[in-house]
Amino acid sequence: MRTSAPKSFNLTAPPVISAQNLDLVFKTSDGDVHALSDVNLDIQKGDFVSFIGPSGCGKTTFLRVIADLEQPTRGSITVQGTTPHKARLDRAYGYVFQQPALYPWRKIEDNVTLPLEIMGYTTAEQRERAAKALELVDLAGFGKKFPWQLSGGMQQRASIARALAFDADILLMDEPFGALDEIVRDHLNEQLLALWARTEKTICFVTHSIPEAVYLSTRIVVMSPRPGRVTDAIESTLPKERPLDIRETPEFLEIAQRVRDGLRTGHAYEEGV
Amino acid sequence: MIKRSVLPILTVLGIILTVWYAGTVGMNWRVESERLERMGLERTTMEMVELTMSMERPILPAPHQVWAEIQSSVFERSPTSRRSLVYHAWITLSSTLVGFAMGTLLGVLLAVGIVHSRVLDKSLLPWIIASQTIPILAIAPMIIIVFNTVGVTGLLPKAFISTYLAFFPVAIGMTKGLRSPEAMHLDLMHTYNASRSEIFWKLRLPSSLPYLLASMKIAVAIALVGAIVGELPTGAVAGLGARLLSGSYYGQTIQIWSALFMAAFMSALLVYSIGWIGAWVNKRMGARDVHV
Repeated sequence: MRTSAPKSFNLTAPPVISAQNLDLVFKTSDGDVHALSDVNLDIQKGDFVSFIGPSGCGKTTFLRVIADLEQPTRGSITVQGTTPHKARLDRAYGYVFQQPALYPWRKIEDNVTLPLEIMGYTTAEQRERAAKALELVDLAGFGKKFPWQLSGGMQQRASIARALAFDADILLMDEPFGALDEIVRDHLNEQLLALWARTEKTICFVTHSIPEAVYLSTRIVVMSPRPGRVTDAIESTLPKERPLDIRETPEFLEIAQRVRDGLRTGHAYEEGV
Repeated sequence: MIKRSVLPILTVLGIILTVWYAGTVGMNWRVESERLERMGLERTTMEMVELTMSMERPILPAPHQVWAEIQSSVFERSPTSRRSLVYHAWITLSSTLVGFAMGTLLGVLLAVGIVHSRVLDKSLLPWIIASQTIPILAIAPMIIIVFNTVGVTGLLPKAFISTYLAFFPVAIGMTKGLRSPEAMHLDLMHTYNASRSEIFWKLRLPSSLPYLLASMKIAVAIALVGAIVGELPTGAVAGLGARLLSGSYYGQTIQIWSALFMAAFMSALLVYSIGWIGAWVNKRMGARDVHV
């Protein structure tokens, strides 16, 4: 089963991210690894797109292609109408990694100003933007702490603040809450949604949690491994306003079921080989 | 904390002193008893033990003899006098510090080159390692003589020998340190489109500091060894190396041992100084546990 992305209803605005027939092959000593195979996907401005699938399905690789951290072997991809490389030079996106990746010798505030320093903001503007970004993730007052003085969840929030600080339109998040416990994760999911509503950014979010994907996204892209490919792209029918207990509603469970089916299809394919 | 570290140190010191005194008696016994025999004198065992510890040119001097020599040559003589151990220690220390500074600088520069250039990485590293396989005792006189013939004398040629030894651990440690940032930390820099110099100043250099400081501890200790070795071939005018050499010419074992202890003391002081600087740097950099 191969479902290409549904056509956009908004014909006037070009997609923020658009991938056509994207292939990526890693050459390793064990032979070629087909990380991405014929990926077609359009992401519209303001979308919250989750990528879900088992490990090796290429979801992180796809995110890294958008970020110009990996080069596709074949096919084309545009980010904000241009190549990922140019988009990176234009600082079109903020990237949040699986780990907070804060520099341990910098205080939280100085970690948030790191991209601003590199991008040439004035010191006053750096301070101002860092304060604003830290407030957005509920870390106002923690700027003077060193990373190790904060909990894992707070560190990851600081890294989100760092990605927000220079106000890029796209936020790329690679399993940002994967290493955190359930309670902290719920809380951060809620905060992320609020943040998304406030900033109207386009968010690409990699996860391996079905409830997380369904709770957060306007669209859920289901992927499967060997070769890494898109097996389903599900438009969420949930309203934009989502309290945590929306996860108990039949609508939510129905979407979750469809994601689960999509994942199973991918696996059946694999077992059949 | 202090109590916990004092007892083990005192225990070890006690053991060393006991072994040392036993060694003094044992090693000096034959020489001393032969001397007494030649003079036709008879001594009791207790008197013999005492005599072995108070010889003028013992094979192995007793700890208190060395201590007395250090005391008189450090505290009872003017530090500018040629007979003062402080004078000689300063001569050695100054060329150690100059050589160490140059060696650290050279090591850091080499590491920066190696990390940033594939050509340097492939071409320099084998030579750096090869340079350290040459015995310093063999190469030191040549360095001194070559520099003397072109008119460079005094502190610098000795400092170059320190440099020759000291740059090695710094180059190796710093290379490792500059390469220590995690892939994620580097990817982050790429997402910001940071230049190589920004990556260097904001990521590689801070990441490398713990490695640099650890390798500087080794470098400063061997820089001191280099300075002492450098003082040997010049006919030993001044410095701890000179004290060692003149001591061995004239059989002044007490002088040799006191110079040795001075060198050990200086070495420890230098290594700890780097450790303290490192602890301060680590604290400034937000390290959780700070060790000297």
